[in-house]
Amino acid sequence: MWDMDAARAALPVVLSGFGVTLLATVLGFAVAVAAGLGIALLGRSRSRWIALPVGALASFVRSTPVMVQLFAAWVLVPGLDALALGVLVLGLHYATYLSEVYRAGIDAVPKGQWEACTALSLPRRRVWRAVVLPQAVRKVLPSLGNYAISMFKETPFLSVIAVDEMVHEANAFGSTHFAYLESFTLAAAVFLIASWPTSLLVRRLEARLAH
Amino acid sequence: MPIETVPGPEKVRFDRVTKRFGDQTVLDGLDLAVAPGERVTLIGPSGSGKTTILRLLMTLERVTDGVVHVDGEPFSHMPSGPGGKLVPADERYLAPRRRRVGMVFQQFNLFPHLSVLANVTEAPRHVLGLDADEAAARARDLLGLVGLADKEDAHPTRLSGGQQQRVAIARALAMRPELLLLDEVTSALDPELVAEVLDVLRDVAAGTDITMLCVTHEMAFARDVSDRLLMFDRGRVLESGPPGKLLDAPEHERTREFLRSIR
Repeated sequence: MWDMDAARAALPVVLSGFGVTLLATVLGFAVAVAAGLGIALLGRSRSRWIALPVGALASFVRSTPVMVQLFAAWVLVPGLDALALGVLVLGLHYATYLSEVYRAGIDAVPKGQWEACTALSLPRRRVWRAVVLPQAVRKVLPSLGNYAISMFKETPFLSVIAVDEMVHEANAFGSTHFAYLESFTLAAAVFLIASWPTSLLVRRLEARLAH
Repeated sequence: MPIETVPGPEKVRFDRVTKRFGDQTVLDGLDLAVAPGERVTLIGPSGSGKTTILRLLMTLERVTDGVVHVDGEPFSHMPSGPGGKLVPADERYLAPRRRRVGMVFQQFNLFPHLSVLANVTEAPRHVLGLDADEAAARARDLLGLVGLADKEDAHPTRLSGGQQQRVAIARALAMRPELLLLDEVTSALDPELVAEVLDVLRDVAAGTDITMLCVTHEMAFARDVSDRLLMFDRGRVLESGPPGKLLDAPEHERTREFLRSIR
């Protein structure tokens, strides 16, 4: 049954893990945002030698489980700090989703915008930086927000490579004090408290951008 | 149809230009010449190839056959190899030449995320290399010319169609084009907003020596600004002449029919 003392003891442990969870989310999402854009742009390259392999690799990463990728990376890249490795793997995994999001955003920029750029002789780099990407990203901002929340909730996977994020800490506390119910309930509550308001924010952003 | 002859060097020359989209032939071996500073208006039923001529000059389309020349140089193509054989122009060849050409679109195509001023300064800054102050000064002059001096901080989406199109005209002029292409610039406007845009274009025509190619259904405007009208039908020039003659005494029954249909 629920043990209040155990819960009280578990709380600081769980919260210390939350710091790592948050750090992994922020860093991982930064990797995903940047690498996702890179994949989206390379996937549109006019050279097939770039576009095809990048697209194939992204599909491969997207359609295999992140947990398998974590184990594989753990074996293949020894010596790297677990958190750094986890951030990279989770970030690159999500980058393959975000590249599709960017792609949809880029495709949604009207043809007339590209034609106006040609009529003004804007160099290609400038077309992307000043005209296409700002409009594309604005359109997909809510989707990016939803993926950020989704990634936040998948950080517990990092516990399989011994990153001391929140669920890892909850599990450790549970096994030493035999208080799994308390520690996992608290971890779940922290996830809920963090992601619920964030998802409301994203929904408001969505409504604001809709008109 | 004989080749049009104009005195002096030609600003634009189409040399047996054919454009096909799939199995549809939009331009069929077209010969056309435009003199520097000349104002030519293209009229004719939709689908007759008028807009395609402008889009070829803006490099938004590529010719299927034939060669487009600008300023006596190949434009759709470039000379290549020791023999100077013409091959399709690449981006490096086109980039400096395309800058002489500007275009105003039916749908304005302003950058919706940028202010009016930023729309007009973007190309002067990043193509011509003007610094921010120079570009802003040039943009303010032009916004004054089109009657929108007080709107420089507004976003295009907050403007009426007529105002947006006037910003688009200022944006095109900011590049100081030698050849300005106007593609049905009033067709997307509510009727009461057409006049303000045409008045601006009349001023531009009167105050500059820019060569202008214009596709429009506004015959009063065409009459005022054009040196020459070309009547298109099925990818070919059916007849051409000064606006007075072509509008008031057309030779072809197809032209008379068309003019009746748009009145």
